[in-house]
Amino acid sequence: MDKYVLIPLLPLTAFVINIIFGKWIIKEKAHWIAILAVLGSFAIAVSAFLEVLSGKVINYDVYNWIVSGNFKVTVGFLIDQLTAIMLIVVTSVSLLVHIYSVGYMHGDGGYYRFFAYLSLFTFSMLMLVMGNNLLQLYFGWEAVGLCSYFLIGFWYEKKSAADAGKKAFIVNRFGDFGFGIGVIMIFLMLGSLHYTEIFGKIGTLQGQAINILGYNVDLITLIALLLFCGAVGKSAQIPLHVWLPDAMEGPTPVSALIHAATMVTAGVFMVARFNPIFNLSETAMNVVALTGAITSLFAATIALVQNDIKRIVAYSTVSQLGYMFLACGVGAYGAGIFHLYTHAYFKALLFLGAGSVMHAMAGELDIQKMGGLKKYMPVTYWTFLIASLSIAGIPGLAGFFSKDEILWLAYNHGTVGKIVWAMGTAVAALTAFYSFRIIFLAFHGTFRGTHEQEHHLHESPKAMTMPLMILAVGAVAAGWVGIPAALGGSNAIAHFFEPVLGHPHVTAAHEEEYMVMGISIAAAIGGIFVSWIFYSLKPEIPKNLAVKFKSIYTTLWNKYYVDELYDFIIVRPVKWTATNILVAVTDGKIIEGIVNGVPAAIRNFGERLRKLQTGYLQHYALSMALGVFVILTLVLIAKGR
Amino acid sequence: MVPLEWYIGLSAVIFIIGVAGFMIRKNIIIMLMSIELMLNAVNISLVAFSHYLQDLRGQVMVFFIITVAAAEAAIGLAILVSLFKNKAAVHTDEIIEMKG
Amino acid sequence: MLPKLFFGYFAIVMIALSLAVITRRNPVHSVLWMLVLFFHIAGLYLFLNAEFLAAVQIILYAGAILVLFLFVIMMFNLKEELTAERFIGEWPIGVALGISILMLMFFSMSKITTGPPGQYTIEAIKAETHTKAIGKVLYTEYLFPFEIASLILLIAIVGAIVLAKKRG
Repeated sequence: MDKYVLIPLLPLTAFVINIIFGKWIIKEKAHWIAILAVLGSFAIAVSAFLEVLSGKVINYDVYNWIVSGNFKVTVGFLIDQLTAIMLIVVTSVSLLVHIYSVGYMHGDGGYYRFFAYLSLFTFSMLMLVMGNNLLQLYFGWEAVGLCSYFLIGFWYEKKSAADAGKKAFIVNRFGDFGFGIGVIMIFLMLGSLHYTEIFGKIGTLQGQAINILGYNVDLITLIALLLFCGAVGKSAQIPLHVWLPDAMEGPTPVSALIHAATMVTAGVFMVARFNPIFNLSETAMNVVALTGAITSLFAATIALVQNDIKRIVAYSTVSQLGYMFLACGVGAYGAGIFHLYTHAYFKALLFLGAGSVMHAMAGELDIQKMGGLKKYMPVTYWTFLIASLSIAGIPGLAGFFSKDEILWLAYNHGTVGKIVWAMGTAVAALTAFYSFRIIFLAFHGTFRGTHEQEHHLHESPKAMTMPLMILAVGAVAAGWVGIPAALGGSNAIAHFFEPVLGHPHVTAAHEEEYMVMGISIAAAIGGIFVSWIFYSLKPEIPKNLAVKFKSIYTTLWNKYYVDELYDFIIVRPVKWTATNILVAVTDGKIIEGIVNGVPAAIRNFGERLRKLQTGYLQHYALSMALGVFVILTLVLIAKGR
Repeated sequence: MVPLEWYIGLSAVIFIIGVAGFMIRKNIIIMLMSIELMLNAVNISLVAFSHYLQDLRGQVMVFFIITVAAAEAAIGLAILVSLFKNKAAVHTDEIIEMKG
Repeated sequence: MLPKLFFGYFAIVMIALSLAVITRRNPVHSVLWMLVLFFHIAGLYLFLNAEFLAAVQIILYAGAILVLFLFVIMMFNLKEELTAERFIGEWPIGVALGISILMLMFFSMSKITTGPPGQYTIEAIKAETHTKAIGKVLYTEYLFPFEIASLILLIAIVGAIVLAKKRG
């Protein structure tokens, strides 16, 4: 037993303690156990990170989980550069969210339950990133999904929250179905689920094809795309993005931790982890890149017109996740994970800031009803501003370096790369615009809510502002490990990832890089400027535009009608089948026929059989003696022969 | 010298008398006594085997059977006492709760 | 000839006593016949050079178990017993089954083959005395079953008290 086991084990212990004793004994002190556990995990994760930094890769098995013939799965940990950075992200954001929740969830009836689920989530996420085999990843994958379900539906008395939880869970089924098949395919083809063995043998599958419905499909492409299916569901990419905005029904700390910083990035992590597979299939890579770019643009346009502060941030998350996939798709896994890491800080900060605003506004989410919050809650304002500048890609802040790295590497990746680069740059402008739309509408100008709300406005308690300030530091400084060579840095993080994720070889001159950088900075500043004009200087412009381009506006407002489309092509047919075929025929006739018929027959038989049971001791003795007689006779006949 | 078969035959007869007693009597006390009869019948054959095979293990077995018989009689009679206290019944036709 | 005559007497008396045990209307009579039967069994054990078992048979069976039976019988209403029906309605079936099984037993008796004789000849036992010989086997080869037997007795004691004590 060594210390790495403790990283996931501590939160698990906290979960067990809180879920068992929380209701009666621990109650309002539940956060102590959870926070201490995460703090412990964080400390060990940091020490593991330092070991990895010095060049060590930890890979060992703890326990034989399943051994059946040649199928062997262990519980084991692999801590390499990729896992190490994920450990830091997960434990640090989780720790800050735990602390923030002390203030945010204060007085909630399910206080202990909330912290128990948070601990369980942290455990699952750590298992996901630390596993050294696919099944453990899959376990973590499903477990974080389950925790996400618990936490989205945390206020299950509210129908919309319960529905959102179900939606998240069911939509994820679609992706996980593909992922599950991918895992099985890998086992069937390679006979193992351990990363080292998979990556060692994957090359042998090159060029093999499998016949599906008359088409020859390249085996590696198929496996890669099946795995990507899971990532699409978990990381809310098109077409399975619909669950994430609805997931905002959950408590805000949950949105920050699960639906921004950690769980939704599991898809990116998985694609990066399986880069040896994806690298072998150009088709799969292009699919990943284009899915990412399209999702990114798509979500960013929706975010332009939404009024719900959390939903804007949620669409922004979808958009940024698209960015990460875009990076993976052009082979820049290191840049993708770098963006994942910086994004975790500024996006968690945005969510926690939004939570702080909600806290002050007594649950109000509509930014049209806010305004002028700057003077009431300065800490929230400044930290939110830092996060917005960071996500917009203003030079010097974390978001700039990771975003720029992605765009630059995309730009250098052939035709597909140029296309996704153009889309990515457009998204950068849109991102800057909608991020500052929140700033101008919610924090500047005059207050537009009710008097009661205005009277109530206050800065959030210390437990909430402190994590905001720490995250703000992260949102500024997290990117400084990846300053590109063109700006005089050493891009340390890219070199750090290189052993695991590789690094695309770029020969282009620095001048070109300055050009790309300049365009993205111009896009960001342009977005902010337009936002300032629209929402601060001349607030009538957006209203006029909305009237003028009514069809576009309503399409965006209704999120491209994707939910309605799914309702029409999936939900309704399924419901129809459920009521008219499954309930009426299968359930009503066949199953009930069997379910009622079999007991009736047994009952009938039993009615006859019970007559044998006279309750009269001697009758039993007599039948026993008869049995002895018969058996003895049979034995004697058999022996006599 | 008496042949071994004679002992076995005697043992078999007493055993069957025990079996018959158990099967046809209504009184539970007599049924318990029938069980004792059966156990003793087995003991006779075991001692006879032990004697003829010049092996003491048969007698050790008898020793254990007597132990178990004592335990069984004690428990059986205790059940009988509590049954009698609860239902005032000693005949099997008075105890037919198991009737289906 | 004499041993055979001796055995014949024992066999006939024992069968008769057994039949008496299961047929007497009065349970007290049954117990008394059984007492006589147990003395005969003890005699047969002596005849088979098993002195220790003969003593145990009398002390334990006759002295303890049968007295237990007598105690229990004293609790019941004997008057009612004397008028009640002795046998179940289907008693001929029981008897027929018993006789059938007995026939099978006799039929298979001719097939009995004995294994090779062991080391405890009558002389060896006499030299060592019977109780000592059986004790040696009991406390060495059968030590573990012996301990289990003591546990069974303990359980029987506890169980009997629990079952028979007054509730509440």
